[in-house]
Amino acid sequence: MRSITSFRAEGNEFIPPSSKDFVLPPIFGENEFTTKPIFLVLLSVVLLSVFFLIASRKAAIVPSKLQFAGESVYAYVRNDLGKDIIGHEFMRFVPYLFTLFTFILVNNWFGIIPMLQFPTMSRISFAYVLGIITFVVFHYVGIRHHGIFKYLKDILFMPGVPKPVYILLTPIEVATYLIVRPLTISLRLFANMFAGHLLLMIFILGGEHLLQGAIGLKLVSPFAFAFGIALTFFELLVQCLQAYIFTLLTALYIGGALADEH
Amino acid sequence: MTEMTGTLNLVGYGLAAIGPGLAVGMIFSAYINGVARQPEARSVLQPIAFLGFAMAEALALFGLVLAFVL
Repeated sequence: MRSITSFRAEGNEFIPPSSKDFVLPPIFGENEFTTKPIFLVLLSVVLLSVFFLIASRKAAIVPSKLQFAGESVYAYVRNDLGKDIIGHEFMRFVPYLFTLFTFILVNNWFGIIPMLQFPTMSRISFAYVLGIITFVVFHYVGIRHHGIFKYLKDILFMPGVPKPVYILLTPIEVATYLIVRPLTISLRLFANMFAGHLLLMIFILGGEHLLQGAIGLKLVSPFAFAFGIALTFFELLVQCLQAYIFTLLTALYIGGALADEH
Repeated sequence: MTEMTGTLNLVGYGLAAIGPGLAVGMIFSAYINGVARQPEARSVLQPIAFLGFAMAEALALFGLVLAFVL
């Protein structure tokens, strides 16, 4: 929104979209709690609740189309992300993994759904919250399963390694478990959504700008729009992939915390 | 000549992303090779491949953060 108005005001010069375009003004009044991403999160919660309530309300042996759609998402998360990776105790974590997967997926889809077109996770705070929840969950699970001392010992002194190597390995392991894992899992989601949205903005706004130029520029502007549309489909792929990777990594971390040897 | 403005951080990030890019490519090429040779090993190889991918991509993400923070 901002970049369209700002570059029109400048006249001929094209101002490329930047990270400033992600800071949206509040919808009601002067505060920071009524911005678009917050309403998108609420919308996603409502959509998901309604969809899965309706899909599971009249569960029958011969499923309706809606029930089939809901159940195939659930079965996918349960079997491919839960059972295959966590192991025999997977059923306890399926609700969390399923919520995570569908929540991230729908919020990512908002990036390309017409009229909404803003991926919630391109604001980093939302991604951080999800990363922190995963961080707490997998450490809590590990401590509950092994007891705090054995869990810490397995992290600090990985078994089956010659003693001098611990000088190198222990700092790396501590940094991995405390900083790198929660940070990268949220940053990966954020960076992909951020970069994807920026890319779409560049092609669509650039195409619009070319349309206002000389006749030669007008002729190439359809190519920019066509590429924008192609990239929208590419974004659809990336969005599904990121929801998958976030859930997969959460399952891997939980599975690693539950494993008897690290 | 028109004057160029901007930050060299992004050029640095582009250079820094070469390494993780190669790493991710190598990890998935090994994964594809493994699955092509032994399709039933897929479920064993998949988590390993994605864990390796996550670790390699972490380096690129650190570069991204530094490009914006510095």
